[in-house]
Amino acid sequence: MEFIIASAIGVLTAGGTYLILRLRTFPVILGLALLSYAVNVFLFASGRLAIDMAPILSKYGDPSYTDPLPQALVLTAIVISFGMTAVLVLIGLGAFLEAESDRIDMDRGESDSDQNKDAAQ
Amino acid sequence: MIHWIIAPVILPALLAPIIAFVMRHDITLARVTSILGTVLLLAIAIGLTILAAGGETNVYRLGDWPAPFGIVLVLDRLSALMVLLTAILALIVLIHAVATGWDARGRHFHALFQFQLMGICGAFLTGDAFNLFVFFEVLLIASYGLMIHSGGRERMRAGVQYVVMNLAGSTLFLFALGTLYASTGTLNIADLAVRISQIPVEEAALVRVAAMLLMVVFAVKAALFPVQFWLPATYSNAPAPVAALFAIMTKVGAYAILRLHTTAFGPGLPATEGMAGAWLFPAAIVTIAIGAFGVLGARRLMPLIAFSVVGSMGTLFIAVAVFSPDATTAALYYIVHSTFAAACLFLIADLVIARRTEDRLTTMPPIAQNGLFAALFFAAAIGMAGLPPLSGFLGKLLVLDALRVPGLMGWAWTAVLAGSLLTIVGFARAGSTLFWKPSAVVANASGTVVVPGEVVRPATSVTPAEVAPSIAALATLAALSIFAGPVSAYLDATSAQLFNRTGYVSAVLNPVEEN
Repeated sequence: MEFIIASAIGVLTAGGTYLILRLRTFPVILGLALLSYAVNVFLFASGRLAIDMAPILSKYGDPSYTDPLPQALVLTAIVISFGMTAVLVLIGLGAFLEAESDRIDMDRGESDSDQNKDAAQ
Repeated sequence: MIHWIIAPVILPALLAPIIAFVMRHDITLARVTSILGTVLLLAIAIGLTILAAGGETNVYRLGDWPAPFGIVLVLDRLSALMVLLTAILALIVLIHAVATGWDARGRHFHALFQFQLMGICGAFLTGDAFNLFVFFEVLLIASYGLMIHSGGRERMRAGVQYVVMNLAGSTLFLFALGTLYASTGTLNIADLAVRISQIPVEEAALVRVAAMLLMVVFAVKAALFPVQFWLPATYSNAPAPVAALFAIMTKVGAYAILRLHTTAFGPGLPATEGMAGAWLFPAAIVTIAIGAFGVLGARRLMPLIAFSVVGSMGTLFIAVAVFSPDATTAALYYIVHSTFAAACLFLIADLVIARRTEDRLTTMPPIAQNGLFAALFFAAAIGMAGLPPLSGFLGKLLVLDALRVPGLMGWAWTAVLAGSLLTIVGFARAGSTLFWKPSAVVANASGTVVVPGEVVRPATSVTPAEVAPSIAALATLAALSIFAGPVSAYLDATSAQLFNRTGYVSAVLNPVEEN
């Protein structure tokens, strides 16, 4: 199971990193979504992987339990990343409607080069 | 427990939804409520600063859960200082936004503004690393709204970049927190300090990775090389009052590095000894260079100021990177100074651009009250570039004095002094193009230049309410300079308290029950 979780996080992160380096808004949003999936699984695993265990201490003396804190952290992270993705989609849509282009870099046109530093990144 | 500690978070958190839901159709009511709320926040912040000045580390346990299990807010001199700084800046910026009518050019300015204050105050007060992440997200999501306030093509596109950059940063923050939790089993800052001090060097690899990841995340917020590139595009395309408020946002990153990398990953702990400083110092040098050359090369006024902010963050981090009490005092003084200097420049730039109708640095017929604006810009540029008599000079002097460390001194002094020189040249060039050369140009027949896009206001003379916030920000710089003695005495005590790790840890983990 460790291998599956670890490689899933790795593949999601790699895919997400590739996508956020794209030039258009939609792949970047998908990339951020993939990265947030990766980090959610990663946070989940940070409390050690355990199967078939309750996240509370048993009163019958069974000491095995799974750490509940990462589950709470993941829940917070999921809510936040979901909200942020929604905001990003709307701002991206707004920018697309205003500029009639979904490229993520700034123009090299009439405006000066200060804004265009990002394009090189 | 003193319940006032959580008031700087609760107050804006309650005001923002009320403004958004009840007062969204009544701009006057929203303005009055927002300003009253910010005045109240300032009063609370002053009270908390007086409370913290006693030297005690006050801890607020949410839900009264004991420290490593529940979330705590910690009020010491440093967090009180930052909350006070936020409140003063917020009031200045808010009055400017109301007086110039910026808040009416889009929807929900005041609600977003209060949410932003909630996030900033929370980030300064929290004593828990995950809670810090949550407050970062609160302040960021409000800043996304403020950044694209009043819309426009360039602003929306710059807004998308800003959001993407920060979402990537947030993901990195979560990776760092996961690594930290996996290797230490806690996210409470005081508890982290205890656990990390017990980790032997040979098992510290994961903690070191987490500490470096966190440093990168905070460096993104603080616009440190090599992750500074988002700042000029964002600040120069944001509405000017929002850019002025964002002057405190870069300081949130600086504060987080000061807090976490002295208390939790501090100098003197075998696991993380000297790691942060070794990376921060060269990054800060390069940041100063980028800021200085950016100021020199900028062709528009807003990017010019944005690059000077980048340069000031570099100067700040040179002092932070030493991680000694003396240097931290200098860094704290420079934090306070550079916040007001940057805000002041953005506010003055807003007044000037509104009269010129565009912010390209070209010679145009003189604007109304050319002399007044020239004087204001001159004073603010002196503050930012670090010339006497304003506090920038004292701030840079403190930084240089603290940097008399063998091996670092040559680099630091060269960077700060050369950077200051280039900044002065850049500002002098901009000022003479904007204010001096126009007096030689005869206005053409119509006398007005209209550029489509931005809302164009007639070149009327400035009202006292419009110019008062800029003068107030300048007055803060002067006051920082006049009262430099008492201020640096307070900051000395602040950095001594910051470096007293056992005091912080015992206040959080072993509270003395007083009630």
